[in-house]
Amino acid sequence: MAKRIEASNVSSYYGSFKAIDSVSMTVEPKTITALIGPSGCGKSTFLRSVNRMHEVLPGARIEGSLTIDDQNIYDPDVDVTAVRRMIGMVFQRPNPFPTMSIYENAVAGLKLNGVKKKAILDEAAEKSLRSANLWDEVKDRLDRPGAGLSGGQQQRLCIARTIAVEPQVVLMDEPCSALDPISTLAIEDLMFKLKDRFTIIIVTHNMQQAARVSDKTGFFSIDKTGDPGRLIEYDDTQKIFSNPAQKKTEDYITGRFG
Amino acid sequence: MGDYPSRSVNSTAGDLSVTPRHAQGAGYGGSPSNFDEPPRGGGGALPKKARFSIEAGFRGLSTASGAMVLVIIVAIAVFLISKAVPALQANTGNFLTQFEWAPNDTQPSFGIAALAFGTVLSSIIALVVAVPIALSIALFLSHYAPKRLATPLGFVIDLLAAVPSVVFGLWGRDVFQEPVRDFSIWLNKYFSWIPLFGGDGPFGQSIMLGGLVLAIMVLPIVTSLSREVFQQTPGMNEEAALALGATRWEMVRTAVLPYGKPGVIAAVMLGLGRALGETIALALTLSVAFDISFNLIENGGNSVAANIANSFAEANDTGRGALIASGLVLFAITLVVNMTARAIIYRRREFRDAAA
Repeated sequence: MAKRIEASNVSSYYGSFKAIDSVSMTVEPKTITALIGPSGCGKSTFLRSVNRMHEVLPGARIEGSLTIDDQNIYDPDVDVTAVRRMIGMVFQRPNPFPTMSIYENAVAGLKLNGVKKKAILDEAAEKSLRSANLWDEVKDRLDRPGAGLSGGQQQRLCIARTIAVEPQVVLMDEPCSALDPISTLAIEDLMFKLKDRFTIIIVTHNMQQAARVSDKTGFFSIDKTGDPGRLIEYDDTQKIFSNPAQKKTEDYITGRFG
Repeated sequence: MGDYPSRSVNSTAGDLSVTPRHAQGAGYGGSPSNFDEPPRGGGGALPKKARFSIEAGFRGLSTASGAMVLVIIVAIAVFLISKAVPALQANTGNFLTQFEWAPNDTQPSFGIAALAFGTVLSSIIALVVAVPIALSIALFLSHYAPKRLATPLGFVIDLLAAVPSVVFGLWGRDVFQEPVRDFSIWLNKYFSWIPLFGGDGPFGQSIMLGGLVLAIMVLPIVTSLSREVFQQTPGMNEEAALALGATRWEMVRTAVLPYGKPGVIAAVMLGLGRALGETIALALTLSVAFDISFNLIENGGNSVAANIANSFAEANDTGRGALIASGLVLFAITLVVNMTARAIIYRRREFRDAAA
């Protein structure tokens, strides 16, 4: 299931503005990689480049190459929808479809992929909601609106929706920033559980979270506003948080930056 | 204006010798140079509540405006009924089933069925033609067209809404009738086995011409309202669909259309309201007939509003009462349509409210 991602010299642009400058990193299968760094340093842009969501914005493009198990995802012949199905994404703010019930949200991705048989959908809904640690809380009200759940539940519903299509990689863009500590803990537990099946990359502003959940950590930074973001250091989480190689990384994780 | 005792002249901004009624929050006090003055948060005794204030005045104003709507509705209903009843009593025919309109005779005889049928049929034609086109344009403007193109095109659509209906009516009668007649003849030639397109002519000034002119009039309303609704789809829901591997059209189907559905229904109902009530455009394009016929292309057709416009000038007392009775029926039709629309919107209200 899980696949290896290799980025080499990835630069992303918004029109003429260069948001990140030649980022290279390798993400091994079935690991959690955390991306940390100050706001505006390009970590979300990099994350969105990995499943080609970056190019949704007008004028956005990237240079360099991104491969998933040696397949170039930016190959002109590659179907972009297939890439996004393979590399799922969970967003910063919970975004269940407001017009859909919990059940419909959970199977929305499958329906998009043309699955129509009720039995398969039912099974997938239960499996993904169970995987997202949400089943017990919602099994009696699957036909209720998804947007009526609490913020933490909504985010887990979004995770369920993402993993229901059985992607290889799950990208998470600050998935806990809108949640309280208890919901955050629930999602972190969930990430450990999902690690057995998926490769996970998470962007977070919470350094404790990065230290708690990730195997590897990448630190992004910018010199000043308007400059492109760069990957300063990428190493085992253990090493980044105890003995970083770069002075900038040390300054950031100890709170002395700027 | 002596009714505002506690709204003292001293309570203007800048003069702080009297406690201001609008506290600005503690800690927001003046500069150190005027320690003598009380802080803006209010010092000294708490001021009395104003008995007459802008607040109360505005509340009264908005309550009165709300009540006025009810008064107007009731007044209209009373007017319509009081004028209609004597005419209905004088009617020698059956108001619901009679296929003629002769209320000015000494033995008045008139029936609403043909008029109501024409109104509804022409409106249905208008919606069937206009709504798919309008929704396509709205989606194109909101989700497909580049901004450079969408803005001027949207403006042109809005401009179409500003054209007076009498202009549409004249254009329909003098210009649009030709192509519609040719098209009708073509339809009649090849599809006359469908009752809708049967008949022996003459063609042209038909319910189809009226319906198509109505469609053009309804189009801009439905388009611009639907576009507004589609544009309000939360970007994060569109991104969620795309991230699940949706194509653009699948994204529209998953996120945009369901989100916009209540708004689209409202837009269609507004369009239907305009079509049902449209008077002069139909009076100019239809050739008067009093029967119920599903034939769309033969000369004929009529509508409640068009009939009122055509017959009001020559009507006597009973005639006017009869026309007002027909107006009452139109009123009832639009009421039913609107209530149906509301019911559809309310049915999934739970999902709307949760999303807010």
